Amino acid sequence: MTKLDSKIPEGTIDRKWENYKSHSNLVNPSNRRKLDVIIVGTGLAGGAAAATLGEAGYNVKAFYFQDSPRRAHSIAAQGGINASKNYQNDNDSDYRLFYDTVKGGDYRAREENVYRLAELSGNIIDQCVAQGVPFAREYGGTLANRSFGGAQVSRTFYASGATGQQLLLGAYSSMNRQIKAGKVKSYNRHEMIDVVVVDGKARGIITRDLVTGKIERFGAHAVVIATGGYANVYYLSTNAMACNATAAWKTYKKGAYFANPCFCQIHPTCIPVSGELQSKLTLMSESLRNDGRIWVPKNIEDVKAIREGKLKPTQISEENRDYYLERRYPAFGNLVPRDVASRAAKERCDAGYGVNKTGFAVYLDFQDAINRLGDKTIRERYGNLFDMYENITGDNPYYTPMMIYPASHYSMGGIWVDYETMTTIPGLYAIGEANFSDHGANRLGASSLMQCLCDGYFVLPATISNYLAHDIHTGPINTNTPEFEKAEIDANNLIKKLFDIKGTKSVDYFHKKLGLLMWDKVGLSRNEKGLNEAIAEIKTIRENFWKDVKVTGKADQMNNELEKAIRVADFLELAELIAIDALNRNESCGAHFREESQTEENEAKRNDNDYKYVSAWQYTGEGNQPTLHKEELTFNAIELKQRNYK
Amino acid sequence: MDFTLKIWRQENATAKGSQQEYKVKDISSDTSFLEMLDALNQQLVEKGEDVISFDNDCREGVCGTCSLYINGEAHGPKKLVTTCQLYMRSFTDGQTIYIEPFRANAFPVIKDLVVDRSALDRIQQAGGYTSFNTGSAPEANAMPIAKEDAAAAFDAAECIGCGACVATCKNASAMLYVSAKVSQFAYLPQGKVEAAERVLNMVAQMDTEGFGNCTNTGACEVECPKGISIKNIARMNREFMCASLTSE
Ligand SMILES: Cc1cc2nc3c(=O)[nH]c(=O)nc-3n(C[C@H](O)[C@H](O)[C@H](O)COP(=O)(O)OP(=O)(O)OC[C@H]3O[C@@H](n4cnc5c(N)ncnc54)[C@H](O)[C@@H]3O)c2cc1C
Repeated sequence: MTKLDSKIPEGTIDRKWENYKSHSNLVNPSNRRKLDVIIVGTGLAGGAAAATLGEAGYNVKAFYFQDSPRRAHSIAAQGGINASKNYQNDNDSDYRLFYDTVKGGDYRAREENVYRLAELSGNIIDQCVAQGVPFAREYGGTLANRSFGGAQVSRTFYASGATGQQLLLGAYSSMNRQIKAGKVKSYNRHEMIDVVVVDGKARGIITRDLVTGKIERFGAHAVVIATGGYANVYYLSTNAMACNATAAWKTYKKGAYFANPCFCQIHPTCIPVSGELQSKLTLMSESLRNDGRIWVPKNIEDVKAIREGKLKPTQISEENRDYYLERRYPAFGNLVPRDVASRAAKERCDAGYGVNKTGFAVYLDFQDAINRLGDKTIRERYGNLFDMYENITGDNPYYTPMMIYPASHYSMGGIWVDYETMTTIPGLYAIGEANFSDHGANRLGASSLMQCLCDGYFVLPATISNYLAHDIHTGPINTNTPEFEKAEIDANNLIKKLFDIKGTKSVDYFHKKLGLLMWDKVGLSRNEKGLNEAIAEIKTIRENFWKDVKVTGKADQMNNELEKAIRVADFLELAELIAIDALNRNESCGAHFREESQTEENEAKRNDNDYKYVSAWQYTGEGNQPTLHKEELTFNAIELKQRNYK
Repeated sequence: MDFTLKIWRQENATAKGSQQEYKVKDISSDTSFLEMLDALNQQLVEKGEDVISFDNDCREGVCGTCSLYINGEAHGPKKLVTTCQLYMRSFTDGQTIYIEPFRANAFPVIKDLVVDRSALDRIQQAGGYTSFNTGSAPEANAMPIAKEDAAAAFDAAECIGCGACVATCKNASAMLYVSAKVSQFAYLPQGKVEAAERVLNMVAQMDTEGFGNCTNTGACEVECPKGISIKNIARMNREFMCASLTSE
């Protein structure tokens, strides 16, 4: 059995990365062209890695299910990216960014990884600016910053409300340059449905061509998973429709450990659910909390009148409003971390103070900011978000407060990786949202883009040579081996099995059912009874899926139903692991709130004595309970404290 | 709301396609256009039929994946939004809606409403980048850029690469798309070094891919969901002229 070795380098925390780079194995430039690397995913993490490894001289094969690398889900990120540049002269530093991120993650991240992230954050901005990313600027021509939750400095770089788009187009442009140079080969509309392990090492993948339906084998000396997160396990989420866990899940079933699956982030500011046919929830960026104030009416009569349409929020006077975040958390106010803001919204709505027809919404109000700064400034800062909001809801947020509610958004958990971003399968790497490493139990705003680009531009390119150095004499990977053969047969069988069920219910039927269950029992607030029920119910839904799902169309053509079926089949397994992990972790930390573990003031209560570890789950075969491995977390550079945003 | 839908069905790139009629009922006006199509697809699954393929992903108007030609307009009747941000309140109860793929020689149909837009990627590969290897970038604030220039570069860079401009243009020209990238770099000092090569190569690739010429009808600007201005085309023409004069 693989032992969990996080391979932390020697030295004080601020010297570790330098030490690592100074002592790792290298592949000389003329040998790199003998080495193939498969990268699955071309979002910020995968796109940045493909470009950088191509520049270094490796042969990269990049796979993604969209028609173009530019359409990866990273494109949708709105608010910004953190970096410890200290351009605002507000005492920011690598240490402070590190500190905020570890604290924001409620001390469940590996401190050495986070420190490296902070250390490299400034280089990311340099790189993006060089690519022509049009970040917002001040009149003097220097870069502008805004604030995000969980920090008291202004360190977030942004490009209006389209930061992810601009960063991804930057990575895409660098990747395009390598495609032109012949160093990156790009495979669009290809979905990875298995990883192939030969002699204990990751040596390739199996894909389905989404246009022709062809199942294909691809070999490489190393495989990188950069396939994003699994927030869609809740069906409704802020993620793109096709975001899925299949690639990560298949690596788990081939031996990669899955870490902290229960750390699922529920984002506080999303447009609330409106109808039955709703397919996704739209995020209103956290950056809005810079200038927006969150409230619900103080008096229950006002709530009733609002729901009945007899009263407008603008008619409620100041003293009759409950700015509950400012009330409960005066130090951070509206900028508390996401988990805190989400739970506080739920608390008010559960207490009966929710303000839309369903009772599941709170106000996000810009009136004060508009009075203070004027429409024009607000439009400059958030114009596209306000337009989007108005287009979706029909309400104009310049005149009436937005209504928002929490929604599933991001997965802190993911494939377990060591300091080198290598999984427990040698030669298999996981980067970006797909891994678990940097955000602990709660991710701070603007730090995922940072992590994805850090992994892709800097970390993976520096660590992968340490492994590939042993492969310079291996020669091209042969895909005519029993392992590839078997994986290909398995993939074909899976597809045949799905078609053969010929049941009565659509894939979406099962996905929605799973989503509702996860939201109810494995969502914002969890308890032992609910989790046990969830585990049993997930099993039932899964069994019914395999008995009664109906997949129409054909295998050898474009078939969106089949694509969804393959993904949902994996969500139905992952969901159970999420619940198992949530049940195991009987403490409240970050996004994971166990009702059994709270303070007298109903704040989350962490339990460092029993749970100061990363849960890394090992697959042990179908129907078996997975094995838990614990990576104990040690904090040398930061003092463990209960988080306090008061 | 109830609708009659006339939708282009085509099994694959080589098959002959045709328009098929479908009905959907009881759709709320707050439903998005794509959610309405989801509902139709659910009906088809119930009947055991193959679903209608249509490209979509983020459903927030930014990934550029969705691409429908609705009642003769790219992304439908509402201005400045993509199909996924179109809501049924933009239509009237009982209306007949025609849904076609984005059509252009350079966009062959893959299936039903899905087309192959990889020609757009190849144009970017021809020159839509700056040549800074990772690690070689100078300190970000070493290169001050006027606020207006950064904002103008951003406006051009907002292009989502959906191809509505091509589908709308009677010549199926990709000028708006190409000019958006060229302009973004034209506003920025980082873009200057390779400016001439960039515009020449991108335009050459655009021609190779079989996109038509620009005859200044301005239809592209009208249909662009991101409001990319045709001033970018003028700027690209200028860049192209300068580059042509100085190269060889
Ligand atoms: C609405 C929204 C706003 C956000 N705003 C911010 C923000 O302001 N700041 C911030 O820091 N973070 C933000 N985030 C989070 C951040 O955007 C994501 O965590 C991040 O972009 C993930 O990048 P990634 O490269 O890991 O994966 P993704 O961008 O999701 O890319 C995944 C890639 O993997 C491919 N893929 C997946 N599965 C397969 C498979 N089986 N086979 C082949 N290819 C596959 C896809 O095609 C895609 O190319 C936001 C997220 C959302 C949803």
